[in-house]
Amino acid sequence: MNAPTIWIVAPLAFAIVLLFITNQRSLGILGGVFAVSLAAIAQFVPIEEAVQVGTVSLKIDSSLTVLGRILLIPPEEGPLLALIYGSGSLWFFGAEASRTATRIVPFGLMITALMVASIAVEPFLYAALFIEMAILIAIPLLTSIYRPPGRGVVRFLIYQTLAMPFILLAGWLLAGVEASPGDLALAAQSTAMLGMGFAFLLAIFPLYNWVPLLMEETSPFIVGFLLWILPTITIIFGAGFLDRYSWLHSSPQIVIALRSAGLLMVVSGGLWAAFQRHLGRIMAYGSIVETGFSLIALSLDPKLGIPILFLLIPARALGLAVWSLSLTVIKENVETMRFGAAQGMLRITPLAGAGMVIAALSTSAFPLLAGFPARLALWESLARVSISGALWMGIGIIGLLTSVFRSLAVISMAEEYTTWELRESPTQVFMLGLGVIGLFALGLFPQTVQYFLSNLPAMFERLGR
Amino acid sequence: MTVTLAWIAVALIIITSVGLLLVRDWRWSITLLAIQYIGIFVLMLQLWPIGMASVKVVAGWMAAAILGMTRSGLSDENLAEENTWPRGRLFRVFAAVMVLIIVAGVTPSVDTIMADAGFAVTTGSLLLIGMGLLHLGITAHILRVTIGLMTVLSGFETIYSAVEGSVLVAALLAVITLGLALVGSYLLIASNSTGTEPA
Repeated sequence: MNAPTIWIVAPLAFAIVLLFITNQRSLGILGGVFAVSLAAIAQFVPIEEAVQVGTVSLKIDSSLTVLGRILLIPPEEGPLLALIYGSGSLWFFGAEASRTATRIVPFGLMITALMVASIAVEPFLYAALFIEMAILIAIPLLTSIYRPPGRGVVRFLIYQTLAMPFILLAGWLLAGVEASPGDLALAAQSTAMLGMGFAFLLAIFPLYNWVPLLMEETSPFIVGFLLWILPTITIIFGAGFLDRYSWLHSSPQIVIALRSAGLLMVVSGGLWAAFQRHLGRIMAYGSIVETGFSLIALSLDPKLGIPILFLLIPARALGLAVWSLSLTVIKENVETMRFGAAQGMLRITPLAGAGMVIAALSTSAFPLLAGFPARLALWESLARVSISGALWMGIGIIGLLTSVFRSLAVISMAEEYTTWELRESPTQVFMLGLGVIGLFALGLFPQTVQYFLSNLPAMFERLGR
Repeated sequence: MTVTLAWIAVALIIITSVGLLLVRDWRWSITLLAIQYIGIFVLMLQLWPIGMASVKVVAGWMAAAILGMTRSGLSDENLAEENTWPRGRLFRVFAAVMVLIIVAGVTPSVDTIMADAGFAVTTGSLLLIGMGLLHLGITAHILRVTIGLMTVLSGFETIYSAVEGSVLVAALLAVITLGLALVGSYLLIASNSTGTEPA
């Protein structure tokens, strides 16, 4: 038995089997339990170490050879797999409540497996090929064959596909730079290629216009899943580039470019969110701000930045899961998610309304919520190297907070004497309740996630040590 | 001899890529796409053995067949060209000429960077990338977007073959070409739907 078979091949095979199941509840439970099991194995069963089970000795090898190349999951990446599959299970368990289980469970599991493959493949720059496959699988997840696709889906496909050539070419050019480090022109060309590739993949300003469009056109729960898994794994892939080519991270220009791109996303995302009149678009800009935070973390001194980068991941996963599920419940009960149509929704979907506001507050670094500890650490570290950068980050956060309070005002603005008319199903109430409790728990006891996160920086040979 | 053949392939790529910009009938688009893959195959022969190079043409033809078969089964009403598509042929020819000029200008420097892939290979691949991007820039029609993306990717695959000869990469890129065609077909069928899901 080897690790790539357990965490890549098995989920892909299981996802294909799940395509034939149509019962929403069964799919949600099967997908969720399978993802949790994979997370538990990753966390508790060591890779490359013999484990005695009764009279049988089991050992999980770390590599699998495919067509002359290797899929490699070293022991240090075990907690990361636990984090990825554990976070994925949030969406699979919540799938029944969002009534999207037939699509998100099988396709989501396939996408998760392919994204894990993108981290595992050696040479690592081939990751772009696996990410592209995940993008292609995301299209049937995003669109129904019974409804014409919107502009957002088409732009998503174009932008994400264009990233692959840039990343592959950049990888080849970077190898050339390693061979002849004095060639500044080649270094500049390879960095530009890499920058373009990641700008497309991470939807960096101004290439993020597909994000709000998707939130308008498609189920928020499905888009939320993609807005969690794609940027998260891509950022880790990007950190891998910085780790392998040490000259990249020691270059002051790269650090400034990363910080500027991150701040641009935080400021533009926060300010655009403040002026939106659509609940879905506000979440889209919230996720853009989240990606900005990750980029800022990457630009910091690795000793501080890499732990913060990993600390951002669980809060992002839980926040987006609650936010997207809340919006899906609200969307079921209104014609559109525009402010005009969503007025007074708190009287119809109180828990979804509360979930949306609390998740958005968590993204906006509101104290006592899941997002707060990571953002506080990030803000503090940023202020040490750039006061103006910290100020701009504050402006972005204020923009996002403004959008949250506007949303809260709109959903609580019911006509006088309107009665409470609850339309949330018991499953939705249960899942949203759990999610909201989780957001508070992560905010009040941030040290609990340290058990999973403390060893993660070790997966990077240079950045994490 | 092989160099002459490569330049003939470049000429073929110019004709097909410009043709893809100009024609409005989907049958011609699919035919030109299939012919374009022959040009790509000839260029790939400069760098790869025939077995590896034929993977590209077979994957490309299969992709074209998938798109063609899907489109042939759909009605023309819902899939009519959008109004935003610039209608003037003169405009599209002018834009294509601009791409040709830019490609001619940058080919020598790109050829130096790309491990001296050969002028013909570099010109052909840059032409495909440029024309594909131009295509993507002037349309939102699903079939045309798919063809545009396939054109860009085939241009990239051609130039990338000069520096990467891995079987795994060739296989994955072929899977992506086919996947793109399947996704394009899926979106084409969805575009033609009425918007009501069966119970």
